[in-house]
Amino acid sequence: MAQFSNYILVCGGTGCRASHSEHIITALRKELDEAGLSDQVQVIRTGCFGFCEQGPIVKTVPDNTFYVSVKPEDAGEIVREHLVKGRKVERLLYVAPDTGKHVADSRHMDFYKPQVRIALRNCGFIDPENINEYIARDGYAALGKVLEMQPEEVIKEIMDSGLRGRGGGGFPTGLKWKITREVQADQKYVVCNADEGDPGAFMDRSILEGDPHSIIEAMAVNGYCTGASRGMIYIRAEYPLAIHRLEVAIAQAREYGLLGDDILGTGFSFDIEIRYGAGAFVCGEETALIHSMEGKRGEPSVKPPFPSESGYKGYPTNVNNVETYANIPPIILRGAQWFSSIGTEKSKGTKVFALAGKVNNVGLIEVPMGTTLREVIFDIGGGIKNGKRFKAVQTGGPSGGCLTEKHLDTPIDYDNLLASGSMMGSGGMIVMDEDDCMVSVAKFYLEFTVEESCGKCTPCRIGNKRLLEILDRITKGKGCEEDLTELRNLAGVIRDTSLCALGQTAPNPVLSTMDNFWEEYVAHVRDKSCPAHQCRDLMSYVIDPKSCKGCSLCSRVCPANAIGGVLKQPYSIDQAACIKCGTCMDKCKFGAIGVR
Amino acid sequence: MTKIESLDALKKMREQLRSEMDIRENSTHPEDLPQIRVSMGTCGIASGAKEVMARFVAELQSQGVAAVVTQTDCMGRCEAEPTVEIALPGKDPLLYGDVTPDRVAAIIEHCIRNGEPAEGILPRSAFAE
Repeated sequence: MAQFSNYILVCGGTGCRASHSEHIITALRKELDEAGLSDQVQVIRTGCFGFCEQGPIVKTVPDNTFYVSVKPEDAGEIVREHLVKGRKVERLLYVAPDTGKHVADSRHMDFYKPQVRIALRNCGFIDPENINEYIARDGYAALGKVLEMQPEEVIKEIMDSGLRGRGGGGFPTGLKWKITREVQADQKYVVCNADEGDPGAFMDRSILEGDPHSIIEAMAVNGYCTGASRGMIYIRAEYPLAIHRLEVAIAQAREYGLLGDDILGTGFSFDIEIRYGAGAFVCGEETALIHSMEGKRGEPSVKPPFPSESGYKGYPTNVNNVETYANIPPIILRGAQWFSSIGTEKSKGTKVFALAGKVNNVGLIEVPMGTTLREVIFDIGGGIKNGKRFKAVQTGGPSGGCLTEKHLDTPIDYDNLLASGSMMGSGGMIVMDEDDCMVSVAKFYLEFTVEESCGKCTPCRIGNKRLLEILDRITKGKGCEEDLTELRNLAGVIRDTSLCALGQTAPNPVLSTMDNFWEEYVAHVRDKSCPAHQCRDLMSYVIDPKSCKGCSLCSRVCPANAIGGVLKQPYSIDQAACIKCGTCMDKCKFGAIGVR
Repeated sequence: MTKIESLDALKKMREQLRSEMDIRENSTHPEDLPQIRVSMGTCGIASGAKEVMARFVAELQSQGVAAVVTQTDCMGRCEAEPTVEIALPGKDPLLYGDVTPDRVAAIIEHCIRNGEPAEGILPRSAFAE
């Protein structure tokens, strides 16, 4: 049998594929062939490593060398230098920003040091399209163990672990399973909610792309515990790679008899089908998701009855999120006590976050609950891009809120985030710097929810639209102080009277930015100015006559012909004609043009 | 692919598959494991270092010994190639010279399993340091 002595792991996640990681794989295989090493070195396409900022990632094993920003044309050097001669290719190593030194081993990088990987345990380690690699890492062992236990015992284990729903709400997972189990019905369903919709969030997609079998296994465990024989994964059609990996994984599990009738000879039968969503944000809400699967409009309905009692086609349906499922097999294999030893008093385990925005290390991270925002943004995230000042971080997507400097040392868990005026949400984290206008940020999120509102209930359909109109007015310099009172009142009504979580939480970005950045709102309506200089209607470019040399460059680059003057004398901008593109300021060689 | 009929069959399958993942699993905590570094300069490769490395990997697996095998650049002892450096956790590394594939089993037996020096240790010269 061919015995491989080295492996090259290449990231096959969506981000790295977009930067040609497939070509890297082809090039590496070709170079290995030419060097006569094909029988000693195996190239493996893995899931996401998380360090997307530095992608595409290529890692060699067993010496754990972590190459970043690799291009297909680097393949030859990696093979000839590293694999043939054992010399690391220095120029492709990660450079630590603080010391300026090369770091070869990912375990010594600030990005990875504080991380604890449970849900992402196999991402960036195994080939997601090879069930054997999953089995070798204790895959399907949890299912095997569970099938020798009583369902009640398993549910108790999940309850004791303290696992809470990772989709955002934070409902205790074990309790949900218990309720579904206790309802009497001749058919029950298990659903995986993979309708990840927050702007900038890619946790669930990465898990499905990097470790699809963990979801299949956990759903089968759930089926055994709740008494369901059918599972459905509701995934948005915009995730073609995740869908492909799931299809491959389901086919392999069926061939091995790990899905289907009489699994492992125990008499338990369970199978999974994939249902495609059309990308409506509201379908992440469990009742809307179920209606969409039934072929109806993706609209939420009033709870109760909860899906656990009456869900898909009126049968009891247990809906859990992707990341929640990914935590199930380790809990079963390592025990509730192990899991509950990680995290805070009321939030156990870890949480995966998609770190995005104006932060140096954009990527996918997993940290224990109770890690502070400061650790996430400044240690793992490497601080703010271009040395700017941190202003706020939006957690929980459009349903969440902005947290500021004073929240940086708050340990992240479900309850602390709620108390701070935001929420855990599914785990998107958008970092903002001093150049971001908070009124515009609130407007951006509201534009999203107005677009995504299903229109079933009035407060959400009309109320949010009105909120957006007020915000729009404010950012255009047409707001008045009464608008601020109106914003608060209307937001309160929408929050209290909307049918589902989409509407109830839609005003959160407005409320939290008003709470934390009140002076910015006041500046917009009273002084008609935007402190961050982002609202075009509230800013003007001006030429400082003292610094202006009258070179006429600004006048020549202005696309609106708004700048005029006489050579060698100070120029001036016609504010009525200026379109505020900023080209003049970028081009001025004397720093004479400023923004006010 | 055939159906896995029972839980025992799954366990057996896992044991078989696990050894193929050993190299990757061990790479996550290399400091706890013996390190075997095969010198792969032009001199080493010409003297058969690739075969030696392959033999180390195969022999470790068949003896069920956990260790990390990596290649390294020329260690400066070209007269004694293939050379192999072996470092047990917490101990100073030892350099073995003229390591032919048929000596590999004995080196693993003495040096790694029993923790005693095997024959063929090269003295550390100032040049090599």
